[in-house]
Amino acid sequence: MDFTLFLFYAFAAVLLGASVGVIASRNSVHSALFLVLAFFNAAAIWMLLRAEFLAIALILVYVGAVMVLFLFVVMMLDINVERIRQGFWSYLPLGLIVAAILFIEMALVVGGKWAGLDAMPMPAEPAAGYSNTKALAWLMFTDFAYPFELASFVLLVAMIAAVALTLRARAGNKAIDPAAQIAVKASDRLRIVSLPAEKSN
Amino acid sequence: MLSLSHVLTLSSLLFAISVVGIFLNRKNLIILLMSIELMLLAVNMNFIAYSTFHADRAGQLFVFFILTVAAAEAAIGLAILVAMFRNTRTIHVDDLDGLKG
Repeated sequence: MDFTLFLFYAFAAVLLGASVGVIASRNSVHSALFLVLAFFNAAAIWMLLRAEFLAIALILVYVGAVMVLFLFVVMMLDINVERIRQGFWSYLPLGLIVAAILFIEMALVVGGKWAGLDAMPMPAEPAAGYSNTKALAWLMFTDFAYPFELASFVLLVAMIAAVALTLRARAGNKAIDPAAQIAVKASDRLRIVSLPAEKSN
Repeated sequence: MLSLSHVLTLSSLLFAISVVGIFLNRKNLIILLMSIELMLLAVNMNFIAYSTFHADRAGQLFVFFILTVAAAEAAIGLAILVAMFRNTRTIHVDDLDGLKG
C-alpha cells in the first residue's frame, strides 16, 4: 500500500465519520461543524485526485461562505430539539434498507472489475509547470464561456431572490420616501387665501 | 495505487449516508438541506474522479457549475426557511400544514 492510498483511506475515514456526525448529532450547530469537517476532507481527497483549484474553491466557497450561512441560520432560528427528535430512530431501519440497496447496486456497477486499476490506470503525472487552474481557466473561457455566463446569472438571480425573500419593511420605520417627496405639488403645501384689505378711517 | 473504484465506492457510500440522513431527519429542515449538500458533494467527487482518470478537464468544469448551483440553492433554501420562521414562528414540519385541505 503506497502513501497516496494510505492518505486516501485516512481522509475517507474522517469524511465518512463526519458525514455520519452530520446526520446523527442532536445539535444542529454540531451538524454544521461536522459538515465543515466533511468538506475539508473531501477537499483533501480532491487534492489527491489532482483537482487543486476545485479543492481550494470547495474550502473557500463552502467552508467560507455556505457553512457560515448555515451557522447563522441555525443560530437565528429557535428550534425545539425535543419535539424535532421525536421518532428520530423510527425510520432508521427503512432508511438503512434503502441506503444499503442503493450502495450495493452502485458498488456492483463501480466495483473493481469495471473501474479497478486494470480497467482504468491513473494517468501519468503531468509535466512540470502544469497548472490545473490555468487548464480549467482555458476551458472555462473558450469552450464553456456561455455556461460560465449562465452560472453567473444563476448567482445573480439567487442573490436577488434571497434579498427579496428576507427583506421586510419594519413597522414604525421613519425612512423617507423619495418618490413621495418629488411628487409633492405646491398646492399640497401652500394655500393662498385672499384677504381683503381693511379700510382705515 | 489509488484506483477509480476506490473513489467511486467512497462517493457511493457518502451518497448512501446522506440518503439515511434524509430518512432520519425528515422533521428537521436544516439538516435535510445539509444532507442534500452531502449528496451534491458525492456527485462532485464522481465527476472529479472520472475527470482525473480520463485526463479530461471538462468534468472539473461541471463540478464548478454544480458548486455554483448548490450555493444558489443553499442561499435560497435558507432564505425561505428564515421567511417561513418569521411568518409562522416555527419550522417544524408537522406545523407546516397550510396547504392541507
